Amino acid sequence: MSSWLDYTINGLIVGNVYALVAVGLALIFGVSRLINFAQGSIYLVGAYIGWVAVVRLHTPLPLTIIVVAAATAVVGLIIERFGLRPLQNSVRIAPLLATIGISFVLDQLVMLTFSPNPRALPSQLPDVRFQLGGGTIGPLDLLIAGVGLTSALLLFVFLRYTKLGWAVRATAQDRDAAMQMGVDVNRVNQAVFGIAAALGGVSGMLVGMYYNQIDTAMSLQATLKGVVAEVVGGAGNVPGAVIGSLLLGLVESYGVAVFGTSYRNLFAFLLLVVVLVLRPNGLFASARQAPPEPLTGTFIAPSRPVRIPRWALLVAAAAFAVLPFFPVSSYVLQTLINAWLLGMLALSLTLVAGTIGQVSLGHAALLAIGAYTSALLSLTLAVPVGLAVIGGGLMSAALGTLLISPSFRLRGHYVSIATLAIGEIVSLVILNWESVTRGPIGISGIPPLSLFGHDLISPLSVYWFSFAVMLVLALVQGRLLGSHLGRSFRAIRDDDIAARAYGLSLNRYKSLAFIFGGFAAGVSGGIAAHLYSYINHETFNTQQSILALTVVILGGLGNVVGAIVGSVALVGLPELFRIAAEYRILIYGIVLLLLVRFRPQGLLGTI
Amino acid sequence: MVEQLHSMLSLRGLTRRFGGLTAVDAIDLDLAKGELVSIIGPNGAGKTTLFNLVTGLDRPDDGTVRFEGQDITGLSPERLAAEGIARTFQLGRVFGNLSVMDNVLIGAHTRLRAVKPTVPVIGPLLELGLALLRPASVRAEEERLREEVKVILARFGERLLPRIDQPAYSLSYANRRRVEIARALALRPRLLLLDEPTAGMNPTETAEMQGLVAELKAEGLTILLIEHKLEMVMRLSDRVVVMDEGKKIAEGPGEEVRGDPKVIEAYLGHGLSGTTEQESAA
Repeated sequence: MSSWLDYTINGLIVGNVYALVAVGLALIFGVSRLINFAQGSIYLVGAYIGWVAVVRLHTPLPLTIIVVAAATAVVGLIIERFGLRPLQNSVRIAPLLATIGISFVLDQLVMLTFSPNPRALPSQLPDVRFQLGGGTIGPLDLLIAGVGLTSALLLFVFLRYTKLGWAVRATAQDRDAAMQMGVDVNRVNQAVFGIAAALGGVSGMLVGMYYNQIDTAMSLQATLKGVVAEVVGGAGNVPGAVIGSLLLGLVESYGVAVFGTSYRNLFAFLLLVVVLVLRPNGLFASARQAPPEPLTGTFIAPSRPVRIPRWALLVAAAAFAVLPFFPVSSYVLQTLINAWLLGMLALSLTLVAGTIGQVSLGHAALLAIGAYTSALLSLTLAVPVGLAVIGGGLMSAALGTLLISPSFRLRGHYVSIATLAIGEIVSLVILNWESVTRGPIGISGIPPLSLFGHDLISPLSVYWFSFAVMLVLALVQGRLLGSHLGRSFRAIRDDDIAARAYGLSLNRYKSLAFIFGGFAAGVSGGIAAHLYSYINHETFNTQQSILALTVVILGGLGNVVGAIVGSVALVGLPELFRIAAEYRILIYGIVLLLLVRFRPQGLLGTI
Repeated sequence: MVEQLHSMLSLRGLTRRFGGLTAVDAIDLDLAKGELVSIIGPNGAGKTTLFNLVTGLDRPDDGTVRFEGQDITGLSPERLAAEGIARTFQLGRVFGNLSVMDNVLIGAHTRLRAVKPTVPVIGPLLELGLALLRPASVRAEEERLREEVKVILARFGERLLPRIDQPAYSLSYANRRRVEIARALALRPRLLLLDEPTAGMNPTETAEMQGLVAELKAEGLTILLIEHKLEMVMRLSDRVVVMDEGKKIAEGPGEEVRGDPKVIEAYLGHGLSGTTEQESAA
């Protein structure tokens, strides 16, 4: 009995922390209809500023809180002013991609400044526990509860009794009407980003103290948890976000009590998927609301794609095909092999995110499914590797489509959240399903690539094999785009309501896009497994999903040639300039931000 | 009940509430085959919401929609498109990045046969296979539809044909409205719902559009029209329905409705009643 009370207290305390993140997300969503994927990064920044204050500057606790809140508020203001305000009149996909890019840049900056190793963040509070009923509670628990309640109270007073607070609420209700009544929407956005960032930063610091540990992986987890809580409460609904957070905290805490710690996140993401499917507007909103007709703009940047003449493509393909006959180092070949593998993933993502407009942030999960399937087929069932790779592609197509299908009725940012969560679920299942996946140990001794009984071990043969597979996938995808399916996919992307009114079933065509895209990604993962010979649940991670997304934006959404050009550019250029690995992700993030701002249609244009 | 047998579209007690506001309030309406009925009323009267209820984009809280005697209340928009109901949208919803040709071809989507086998369960996979392999039957169907699109576009004179390969986002506002109507015609609708087809058009363009709608009516198409330009409404309509604050306040031949004191009050007195702009939100 007493332990249940402990789990309840723990759930409420953790829920309080989530609430600080989720309330910020809800405020931002309210005024700008944007899910801020950088919220977790601000939380991370808050934790590290807290560490600097406590460990280096030895500030007392109240001052630490003020320093963290002020510093992260400044970060929030900078993000609003330079990252998002320039995109106000941009296409709907732009701010979404911008916050993803900002998140990666911030995370990498923190990692480069402080190293990725975990650090201890002492709480500065006496280590005593008070008896409460059958459970115990410590001063830190009380502090977290106090900060949560105080912030809620301050926020309530701000929104209710200050002029700027009224402006925030007016903007959330109807942005255009508020602007016409003279509300300075930029100031409202600033205020909201400042407040959201300060809350997120303090939350990161408190969590760091609670677990006495901070590391750079906190960021993605916090974004996900905050988004889960916010969506459960109803996007843009501030009190809903608080209740959603407490609910999430309790669900996790009880889940851990019954099933164990490694299942904590699984419960959070399952809760998200269930809510998204059953009540996409949150627990407290009406389940069916007609979305407003868009007044201007479409999802992606309109552009005229750059037409590359057929002969030029043939020449380029031939040049890459005969490249190994020239005296090039195996280092160059290895780099290009990586580019071809990434190219297959980018082909898949450019179809899903570009052609049919479902910006997937969990695309690496498709690689993982393909890799594990192919590895296990060849290892345990002795299936020839060539067939096993195809099996991996088919499994990714089938399982990926099945997993993502609950999110087919979602749009825009929600698809990104759902895919991110589903990607995490796949990784967690791989970690926990030890009887099949060998859990955290991973799979080793995966046989090398082989074709009709001949092992492909030399860099030369691997190069040709991967290049040929990518080329075939690209050609088939090009043919798909030229068919009635190509135009149906693009119609759904541009306006799903008009598409439905003309008989296009979203389930049917999104399924077909994911089946086709899932196959390409699965094949890429399968080949990778046989090349690496060892894989585990972290081999295919969110960084790869983001890299693929950057490639796709760079090449031009939906653009088949662009996906390949983008892959060669983003894999090749860092190698060419010998950029150290730890700076690459930072560069990808910056490239993504610059593209969204200055060339949203990418190098070759969207199709 | 007798009249329902003959009507193409029949609404009974159709109601939709948004929170405390009843956007569509117990509407009864019958539309005979080949008839053109206009719905007029001040902004926020619930006209577009009514269209959304008929086309399945929104579901009524109460009441029924029957189409050719069959109850279609609450069916999905995809199903209703397949039944032959086509619509245009108040604010214009063309597919911005698709060419004019592709926009109109989407209109013919429900008529694709060769490439969309009606086999259960594996139908979608066959569709994927046929789209990639493109046997002769599929190519012929696509070719036939492309020719048909050109015929439809020719109805708009030289407005759209020279721009057939241009993306829709590059078109003028009036041309985008025309593309929407062309897309609706490509469905070969049995019932066509036009939501303010002349909004934002100048007098010449309006006259052109009026001519086209008159042609469609003469060809026997059943049309439900939302329109603010009363002159056009008077010329085209067999009957006019007036809505205000969700309710039907008058119905009858144009001249009769025009003189109805309730209608005059609804239009002139509207500034005082303070109704909000519900339509754009719905």
